Amino acid sequence: MIAVRAVIVGALLFPLYWMLVASFTTEARLFEAPSLVPTAISLEHYRALFDTRDFLVPVRNSLVVAGFTTIFVIPIAALCAYALARMPFRGKRLLLALVLAVSMFPQISIVAPLYLGLRTLGLLNTYPGLVLPYLTFSMPLAIWLLTGFFRHFPRELEEAAMLDGASRFRALREIVLPLAAPGLASTAILTFLYCWNEFLFALSFTLGPERYTVPVAIALFRGRYQVPWGEVLAGAIVATIPVVILVLVFQRHIVAGLTAGATKG
Amino acid sequence: MVSFETRERRTAVAFVTPAITVIAMVALVPIALTFWEALHSHDLRLPWLGRPFVGFDNFAEAAGDGRFQAAFVRTIVFALVTVPIEIACGVALALVMHSAIRGRAFVRAAALLPWAVPTVVAALVWRFMFDGQAGVVNVPLRAVGMMEAGFDWFVGPLTAWVPIALADIWKSTPFVAVLVLAGLQTIDTSLYEAAAMDGAGRVRQFFTITLPLLRPVLVVATAFRALDALRLFDLAYVLTGGGPGSSTEPLSLYAFIALLQRLRFGYGSAISIAVFLLTLGFALLWVRALGRTLEGDR
Repeated sequence: MIAVRAVIVGALLFPLYWMLVASFTTEARLFEAPSLVPTAISLEHYRALFDTRDFLVPVRNSLVVAGFTTIFVIPIAALCAYALARMPFRGKRLLLALVLAVSMFPQISIVAPLYLGLRTLGLLNTYPGLVLPYLTFSMPLAIWLLTGFFRHFPRELEEAAMLDGASRFRALREIVLPLAAPGLASTAILTFLYCWNEFLFALSFTLGPERYTVPVAIALFRGRYQVPWGEVLAGAIVATIPVVILVLVFQRHIVAGLTAGATKG
Repeated sequence: MVSFETRERRTAVAFVTPAITVIAMVALVPIALTFWEALHSHDLRLPWLGRPFVGFDNFAEAAGDGRFQAAFVRTIVFALVTVPIEIACGVALALVMHSAIRGRAFVRAAALLPWAVPTVVAALVWRFMFDGQAGVVNVPLRAVGMMEAGFDWFVGPLTAWVPIALADIWKSTPFVAVLVLAGLQTIDTSLYEAAAMDGAGRVRQFFTITLPLLRPVLVVATAFRALDALRLFDLAYVLTGGGPGSSTEPLSLYAFIALLQRLRFGYGSAISIAVFLLTLGFALLWVRALGRTLEGDR
């Protein structure tokens, strides 16, 4: 059983390990027979990445876009999810089905009107020009996750507060939200991850390196003669670092978020 | 004095309105506009031609376009091949994670990483591993004589799919496993104890207890995976660019090329609508099939 587990963990982690090793291997050695264990560590690719390619620009772009989208989405989604999980109103099931359906939209199916609309508004190649499209998948995702979360939340506290005369909004703000911090945090992390990883919209609505996000920047790296693998993989490592940190620190929350959304319909 | 129920209903409407407005503006209105755009001839490189209404001409053109037909078939075949593998591997991985007593957190973290990594990164890593003569996959295959010298995965129209499919399976299996693991944890262990008392072996227990009880989770996981596979874009764009030729080009990629490289917005919108209808069609079929199995349970 231990052997099986080792093989599985190995298969899951090997591509990431290999990427890490290669990003520290000199360009010349990269195309010789690869060695599984690094023999010498070279920082040349990382130096090239930040000195000649200005990789901090896409990192900053990604942080700004993913950060703003998350900050904008969470409060609006939380209000909606709370109502969906707790309050009686007509068309609730329909709304929930709509949210799920929109989260399943193929992104390509709305690229054309978003492109034309952003062009008309002069928002192509700007931060708002990415935050707005990112709402299409992040808003339904956050609503879906938070609805699952609020459903499992004990009702008694807010009901007691409301019996004492607090309004819904006050009960939500003063009783529910502070206790809901873990759920809000896991939803915010997942929203951020989805924005950080997004590719198609960023590829479609940015026009130049000054606005590329990290995935677009590394996908479009070109050398003079061939793929500059060392720098590409170093860029991929930089793109992966925040993901690894978030996953390692918040893995319980992430699993809870994923399964709350998917197994309790 | 307004009754409590009325006030509650009004508050609920006030709570959901901002979110619904956003979703309508950025998703529902755009999808309607894509339909509308698909009914026009609109070439951004020929702005003087304007944007005349052409009815279903773009759809007729797509129906007769060999590249569209091939991309359509490819997209479906890709989903049919990868999704069952991901579900099977996901169940296996979940069982391993479930049985691990020590080191469970470690295995779980290892499983979450491929899922959480940007798809572009996954594509680049798998491209690198299969690339050229020094690719880490190619060296051992050549060493044991299973691969000819000079063989290149990305030159063959079929072999170029191998890294795409493997990257997808590598990245998506953990997602399935996380869902299945949650399902496994809800199964009452006394069922297994009772089955063991009756002399049922591990394999029998899996097929008579575990698998049937996992069905709801598997149905959900299959739906998520299939919808994702049908809109395949990132992996194909980064790993092969759709090549060689257009032999690894899924529908989303062809739509992207028609829209943003050829700037044929009318025709590109028609292809995008095909992607939308494909996923919608699958979703409706799946919901119907799901309804039937649930009724069968009663």
